Amino acid sequence: MSTRIDARFAATASEGRAALVTFVMAGDPDHATALKILQALPGAGADVIELGMPFTDPMADGPAIQAAGLRALKGGETLTSTLDLVRAFRAGDDATPLILMGYYNPIYVYGVERFLADAKAAGVDGMIVVDLPPEEDEELCLPALSAGLAFVRLATPTTDDVRLPAVLRNTSGFVYYVSIAGVTGSATPDFDVVAGAVKRIKRHTPLPVAVGFGVKTAQHAAAIARSADAVVVGSALVDAVRGSLDADGRATEKTVSAVTDLVSALAAGVRSARVAA
Amino acid sequence: MTDQPKPNSFRTGPDERGRFGLYGGRFVAETLMPLILDLEREYEAARNDPAFHAEMAAYRATYIGRPSPLYFAERLTETLGGAKIYLKREELNHTGSHKVNNVLGQILLARRMGKKRVIAETGAGQHGVATATLCARFGLDCVVFMGAVDVARQAPNVFRMKMLGATVVPVQSGAKTLKDAMNEALRDWVTNVADTFYCIGTVAGPHPYPGMVRDFQSVIGDETRAQMLEAEGRLPDSLYACVGGGSNAMGLFHPFLDDPSVEIFGVEAAGHGLDKLNAASIAGGRPGVLHGNRTYLLMDKDGQIEEGHSISAGLDYPGIGPEHSWLNDIGRVTYLSATDDEAVAAFQTLSKLEGIIPALESAHALAKVIERAPALPKDHLMVLNLSGRGDKDVPQMAELLGTSL
Repeated sequence: MSTRIDARFAATASEGRAALVTFVMAGDPDHATALKILQALPGAGADVIELGMPFTDPMADGPAIQAAGLRALKGGETLTSTLDLVRAFRAGDDATPLILMGYYNPIYVYGVERFLADAKAAGVDGMIVVDLPPEEDEELCLPALSAGLAFVRLATPTTDDVRLPAVLRNTSGFVYYVSIAGVTGSATPDFDVVAGAVKRIKRHTPLPVAVGFGVKTAQHAAAIARSADAVVVGSALVDAVRGSLDADGRATEKTVSAVTDLVSALAAGVRSARVAA
Repeated sequence: MTDQPKPNSFRTGPDERGRFGLYGGRFVAETLMPLILDLEREYEAARNDPAFHAEMAAYRATYIGRPSPLYFAERLTETLGGAKIYLKREELNHTGSHKVNNVLGQILLARRMGKKRVIAETGAGQHGVATATLCARFGLDCVVFMGAVDVARQAPNVFRMKMLGATVVPVQSGAKTLKDAMNEALRDWVTNVADTFYCIGTVAGPHPYPGMVRDFQSVIGDETRAQMLEAEGRLPDSLYACVGGGSNAMGLFHPFLDDPSVEIFGVEAAGHGLDKLNAASIAGGRPGVLHGNRTYLLMDKDGQIEEGHSISAGLDYPGIGPEHSWLNDIGRVTYLSATDDEAVAAFQTLSKLEGIIPALESAHALAKVIERAPALPKDHLMVLNLSGRGDKDVPQMAELLGTSL
C-alpha cells in the first residue's frame, strides 16, 4: 500500500523499538515557520509525521489543537497551501511517512477525487479523517485506498470486539488507538489499560498499532512505547509552538527549537522504553 | 438540483444509513459511533412500544398542555385583507416554545436507557430551558452548553436554566454562539460516554437525531391537520414556519408532505440581507459536512465554517437540518428568507393586532405571511407555526426600539 509507512514501521520494529509519531498543525503559527518545523522533525527523532489540516470546528480536539488550527486559519492556511507544505517537505525528505489529519468538510469541498490526486502528487502517504467512521467508507476511505493512499482509522475505548473488525476492515498503514474517551490533549491514560487494549487490537490485525491522545511527556511516551508499535504526540507539540510565540502571537527564533527539543526528549523516551523494561 | 425523480412518498426518510437523499449520515468520531448506534436501536424499540407513546401522550396532555390551539387570527387576517390566517399556538406550551415536544421524547428515552446525566446545546436558550425543565421533573443532572455571546444576549433564559437546577457552561471557543455550543456538547459526550445522554435540540446532528427529533415534533403537524379539518373541513393551502436548524418547521411540515395541495414554505433568517451577514444556509450556503451530517452550510471557499448572523439567537446557526436540504433540492418545500428588520416589524404587528408577542424566531415566518397574505384569495387557508413566545426577546426589543427597561 504505502511503501514509506510500511518501510518505516519495518525499520523501527527491526530496531526493537516503537516509532514516534509527531502531530503538528499545517500553517501554525505561520506557513513558513510550519515548513521549518516540518523539516526539522525527522532530525529530532520523529519517525512518522502527522500534519494537521486546520478546521474551524474540530469536534474531537481539545483546546490546544483547536487553538493551533485557529492560529493557522488566521494566517491564511488552506488545504491548497497545506499540500504545498507537503510538496516542499518532500523536496528534502523522501523517506519519512507523512499522514494528513483533520476533518472531512475541507476535503469534501475541495473535491474528493481532486484531493486524492493532489495529495498523492504532493507526497502524502495517507490520511486520518476524524469524522469518517466505517459507516461512511464510500465517502473517502474506499476512494483513498483505490488511489494508493493509506486510510488510518481510529479505534477507541468504546470500540468493542464486535465492532473492531468493521473498524479494521478498510484500515491501512497502521491503526491509531485513542487511549482515552475524550478529546485530544485531555486526560492521561491508564498505561496498563492501554497495554491491554493494544493486545486486544493486535489479535484482530497484523497492522502496527499506534497510541495517542493524552501523551504529553517523555515518561508517558516511554510507558506507551513498551506495549505499542508507535506513540503519537500532538497537543504537547502545538502547545510548545504556542509557548514560543511573542506577545502578538508571532513566531520567534525559539519556535522551531521549542518543538524539536520536545521531540528529541520524546524520541529518547521512546527509544529507552524497551531497554529499560 | 430539481432534476431528481420524485419519490412515491416524501415521508419515508431517512434510509438505513440515515440519509435523506444526499444529506444526513453519520459523520462522527469513532468514539461516538457505538453510542449513536445504541441510541438508534433504543429509539427503534421505543418507537414500536405502545407504552412509550402512552407515557409521552400523558405528559403532553398534563405537563406540556397539548394539544396547542389552532387559532384564527381574525384581526391580522382583516388587516392584511387576503388569506385566512391561522396560528398554531406552540408558544403556549410549557416553557414557551415547541422545543419541549422534542425534549420530552428524548428525556423519556434517556430514562429508558438508564442515563443519569443529560447534556444539551442551546442558542436562544429555549431548548436549554426545556431540557433543564424536564431534567428537573425527572431528577436528572443537566448541563447546558451555550455560547458566551448568547449567554450575554439571552440573560433571562440563562437565569431560568439555573433556577431549574441546570449547570450552564458559557462556551468561549470559536464565535461563542450556537455552533460552538454544539461542538462543546459533542466534546463533552466524547468524554462522558458511559452515563451521558446528548439531547440535541433540532433536526440536525448524526443519524438518528434528525429523524427522531422530527418524529417528536410531528405532533405539531398531526394536531394542525386534525384541527384544520375540524375548523374548516379541509386541509390548509399553505404552511409557514421559521427555519434555523428547522425542528418546528419539520414538525409542522412532515404530516403534510404527501398532500400535494398543501404548499409549504420554510423561512430562513436573512440577517442584514442575503448579500450581507445572514444565517440563511439554503439561500447562501452549499452542501458540506458538520456536526455529524451533510447538509447546506454557510462556509468559505475552503470549507471553513462561517458564522451566521441573525437578530434571533435561535436562528443563528450556519447549518440546517438535512431533511430540509433534501426537501429543498427535490422542490417539495420552498425556502424563503426574512431580514432582521422584517422580523422586528412583524413582531410588533402581531403584538398590536392580536395581543400575542411572538418569539423573534417565529416573527421571521410571520414576516413572509404578512408579505404574501394580501395577494391571496380570502378562502386561502394559511397556517403559521407560532413556535415560541417573545417574552425572552423583550429586553432585546426594548434596546432596539430605544427604550431602557
